[in-house]
Amino acid sequence: MNSVATPLLGGALIGLAVTLMLLFNGRVTGISGILYSSLSRPTQEGLWRWLFLAGLLAGGASVQILRPELLINLSDRNMTAIILAGLLVGYGTVMGSGCTSGHGICGLSRLSVRSLAATVTFMLFGFIAAQVFVYLIGAFA
Amino acid sequence: MKYRRYQNLTALIVGLLFAAGLAVSGMTQPQKIINFLTLGPDWDPSLLFVMIGALGVHLVTYPLIRRRRSPLLDTMWHVPTRQDLSPRLIGGSALFGLGWGLAGYCPGPAVTSLASGDLRALAFVFAMVTGMLLFKKTEPLMKLKG
Repeated sequence: MNSVATPLLGGALIGLAVTLMLLFNGRVTGISGILYSSLSRPTQEGLWRWLFLAGLLAGGASVQILRPELLINLSDRNMTAIILAGLLVGYGTVMGSGCTSGHGICGLSRLSVRSLAATVTFMLFGFIAAQVFVYLIGAFA
Repeated sequence: MKYRRYQNLTALIVGLLFAAGLAVSGMTQPQKIINFLTLGPDWDPSLLFVMIGALGVHLVTYPLIRRRRSPLLDTMWHVPTRQDLSPRLIGGSALFGLGWGLAGYCPGPAVTSLASGDLRALAFVFAMVTGMLLFKKTEPLMKLKG
């Protein structure tokens, strides 16, 4: 139940969020792109990106107050793996023009061939990385 | 642009909603992503249902909205139109996938999780921003189109 109903509900909320962004602002809600562009010198035209990120952070803060258990990282990944992963995600999403939100949700919804190719690729390589990590842990444990 | 203030308000609300959606769906817990990407007895299908929920909404709303000549608060659409596949698109997505499977974080959940003060979330976001800036530095060297 918990692995079907709440993910469906949460997913629908995400679908609603990207719908509002398109309907009102005519934009794609691609989080890696928004974050990357917000690293440049802020402009009047780009202020919405900062406000989106502020909303994301404030949303996270609200969750931390209401349901802190939802933000707890129980994975077995150590700091070395996390930092390497962060570098790969930052570099890869800018190089590949998108992440799970931009390609996976917004791109697939407009039936973009590029986003389909990107999504299949990052899913495949995500599976590979996760399996290799388990294998390495087994080899050194 | 007279609507800019309202565009900014939209972006703020969308950010709040997006964070709520990620938290409700369990996507701010990296173990759920890792258990989706790791085949085995602990396999967790959550991510699949998140995608079904999100696509179930936006696959319907996208074409309806695009029937309009313009968005409500702007005079034009800002939606990507490219259709070509490039080595850069596939290579970048592969690198992203490797990092995603390694940490269980993608950009949205990682930024949303910052409020928890979790050291791994903080380190991930710091490294992710560094990776983005690194790409900006190395981009001119690669000469890869789009």
